[in-house]
Amino acid sequence: MAKFIKENKGELPQMNTSSLPDIVFIILMFFMVCTSMRQNETKVRVRMPQATEIAKLDRKDLASYIYIGTPSNQYQKEYGTDSRIQLNDVICKDNNDLSAIRDFIAAERESMSEQDRPFMQVNIKADQDTRMGIITDVKQELRRCSALKIVYGARKGGVQK
Amino acid sequence: MAKKKVPEINGSSMADIAFIALIFFLMVTTMDKEEGIARQLPPIPPEDQKVEDQKVNRRNIIQVKINAADRLLAGGVPMDVSQLKDKIKEFMTNPYDDPNLPEKEEQDIPGIGKVMVSKGVISLQNDRGTSYQAYITVQNELVKAINEIRDEFSMQHFGKKYSKLDDDQVDMVRKAVPQRISEAEPKDVKKKK
Repeated sequence: MAKFIKENKGELPQMNTSSLPDIVFIILMFFMVCTSMRQNETKVRVRMPQATEIAKLDRKDLASYIYIGTPSNQYQKEYGTDSRIQLNDVICKDNNDLSAIRDFIAAERESMSEQDRPFMQVNIKADQDTRMGIITDVKQELRRCSALKIVYGARKGGVQK
Repeated sequence: MAKKKVPEINGSSMADIAFIALIFFLMVTTMDKEEGIARQLPPIPPEDQKVEDQKVNRRNIIQVKINAADRLLAGGVPMDVSQLKDKIKEFMTNPYDDPNLPEKEEQDIPGIGKVMVSKGVISLQNDRGTSYQAYITVQNELVKAINEIRDEFSMQHFGKKYSKLDDDQVDMVRKAVPQRISEAEPKDVKKKK
């Protein structure tokens, strides 16, 4: 009898952690499947307008993004608090000179494969408080470089008045 | 014959490696869904093209205007956004063949047969000062109106909702209930700052 008591000194047995890697891997797989790579850092504040009749984009690789909104805090010193256009990682210097959009569209087109080019989409992600003037300017510029397929970014939700 | 035992690989650091990979993915990926309202812009007309009188009958056009204070005017009547959908539906379907509402044309669509297709065009105009939310709200109502008409149409002909149809049927319904929204050339109501 004494032999048994000697073996177990009243210590708790160690928890078996051999399944921990498996659990973490499952979480990892979940994130890999459900998320997409961050394209670029948004330097303007964008809170997209709400809409109910929105369609999901099926092919993300065809989309180019134009962000429009007020610069976030750390950029306000440089760009002011007026609505600005952001292409890739840079905020446009001048709102009245939209030739940057042309270069941007040309570059995006160039990076696509030949057969995908006609299906190119421009995703306009604008803040809900933006005035239409700047968006109209962008649209006109897009028409000039014949990037005619556009998507107005919106989030799902009840339409408020 | 005694087999030599292969030493087991120590797997205790596997969890750490997996954690590092997990954290990497948490940092560099986003989860936001890409959703929005898809639109096709009209191409820029060539410069030498003469401004022709587009032969669109007056009754076939409904003007939807949004001013700088986000007020809405549809077909010459000021209204609330919530009323716009019904107005557009009435305009696009013209249930009582009102002579002031758009004419319909009989078209032969393969797969369905002869249907009356409305010739209505929605013309959307906005001011430079209109807020984007108001603009999207109006766009949304227009799409909703068209979608409801398409739903009704596909219920009648296929007994299913528009979203449940297969690709061929979607094409047919699109032909029968076209979505003609024209975004007019911007008019400078106010000068740019």
